[in-house]
Amino acid sequence: MQYLLTLYADEGAFAKMTPQQQQQGYAAYMAYTEALKAAGALKSSNRLRPSATATTLRTTEGKTQILDGPFSDSKEQLGGYYLIDVPDLDAALSWAGRCPGVGHGVVEVRAIWDMSSPGK
Amino acid sequence: MNLNGSGAEARSTADATARRSYGKLVAYLAARTRDVDAAEDALADAFAAALADWPIRGCPDNPEAWLLTVARRKFLDRVRGQRLEVAAEDIETMADGLAAAAHETEFPDQRLGLLFACAHPAIEIGIRAPLMLQAVLGLDAARIASAFLVAPAAMGQRLVRAKQKIRMAGIPLRIPEREELRDRLETVLDAIYAAFSEGWIDATGTDLARRDLAEEAIYLGRLVTELLPREPEAMGLLALMLYAESRRRARRDVNGEYVPMAEQRIEDWDAAMIEEAEQYLLRACDAKLPGRYQLEGAIQSAHIARRRTGCANWAEVVQLYDGLLAHTPSPVVALNRALAVAERDGAQAGLDAIESLAGDPRLAEYQPWWAARAELLARTGKREEASYAYEVAIGLERDESVRIFLDRRRAALAR
Repeated sequence: MQYLLTLYADEGAFAKMTPQQQQQGYAAYMAYTEALKAAGALKSSNRLRPSATATTLRTTEGKTQILDGPFSDSKEQLGGYYLIDVPDLDAALSWAGRCPGVGHGVVEVRAIWDMSSPGK
Repeated sequence: MNLNGSGAEARSTADATARRSYGKLVAYLAARTRDVDAAEDALADAFAAALADWPIRGCPDNPEAWLLTVARRKFLDRVRGQRLEVAAEDIETMADGLAAAAHETEFPDQRLGLLFACAHPAIEIGIRAPLMLQAVLGLDAARIASAFLVAPAAMGQRLVRAKQKIRMAGIPLRIPEREELRDRLETVLDAIYAAFSEGWIDATGTDLARRDLAEEAIYLGRLVTELLPREPEAMGLLALMLYAESRRRARRDVNGEYVPMAEQRIEDWDAAMIEEAEQYLLRACDAKLPGRYQLEGAIQSAHIARRRTGCANWAEVVQLYDGLLAHTPSPVVALNRALAVAERDGAQAGLDAIESLAGDPRLAEYQPWWAARAELLARTGKREEASYAYEVAIGLERDESVRIFLDRRRAALAR
């Protein structure tokens, strides 16, 4: 089964870190990504630009509005994701637990809905 | 042919098979697709078919295999028809596996995997016990709802949601890896104990749904110790439940009135059940891995030994509570420890320990805290304060016979 791990974190915290701490942070994510690759579990992964660069679309009274800013106002913002392929939720949770994102934010695990068989 | 007679026989064979094999059949059917709902529905169809078929053709030699064959067909129909997200190859493997199983007299017992799925950390904590009772024992939502004092429709919805989560989120029906086993077993044991506690509330046994719940929880506890025979906490929980259950009858007198443990008639205790509990506790202690349920079981054992021998062992009980408190800190444990302290060091010492807990908001609505406080206030001669504490305790109690008991204690203050 495929699972999407979405990583949410306080964006301000990263900016406040020393260059050395930031470097350590990158290294931890690199190592995690390599481990996923080595296990053959990684489908894809990306880091996102800060939420201040987000643009949101929604329709109000039949008119599509384009708004500056992210969908959610919360302190913790979506910052990246991993798409992984593993046997079951336990395996997905075990990978999510190793993600550096758990140390400084929140990781959400969601099963991918396989649209080649779009049943219930 | 005596249709009535064989009808009754068919029904009783179906009932017995359901009782013995329901969880095994559900677990087996659901193990590959994680579709507990479809497995339950298929099995319900198979039992209905059995009740129609067996009175006419007689009970099959191997009712379990018969049910599995029919359930398999219904299950595949359902999975193929509705649950399209199951990959076609999975269905085929499953079809082959199930076809082979139909010819065997024994099929693998995967109930433990089902229990671990029901008590998975990804499942909402409050629905784990109800889910186990439904998936493994086949209790219907209405019965579970009445036992847990929840509206049947709400319970039904929550059960459906939980089963959906198992299927859609891909929660596996299997025993966790070794390094995870202990932590995950704890959630299974906690859910079993939650079911037992719910059943234990109804002391008189007049509420059938609840009394059954305690029995079903013991059944699940036995199941876990059978399937994981080396886990000390599983044995500790089973011992704890058996100790409590052994005193069920003694908790009420002939008039249905509440009897506190210190005044229970020892002859009313179930000696065989106590003996069994002692055996499990001893076996658990051999592993030298103490845990919450073993400690609680040991406390029960100490209370029972004191009543039987007349030999006070409060120092030991306080010590066990210290261990339990260190392991599982909770205001309820601290309260019970305070009561043991009162017996060891006198009412005032116990009262001091109880008052030190007064800041915990969880105890403000906890009847035993007020009742314990009232009792110790009375023993230290503080009648007015005791009377007020009894009043609050009475106001918090939902069991009529306990209210009467507390009221009588309160009235006795005046003398």
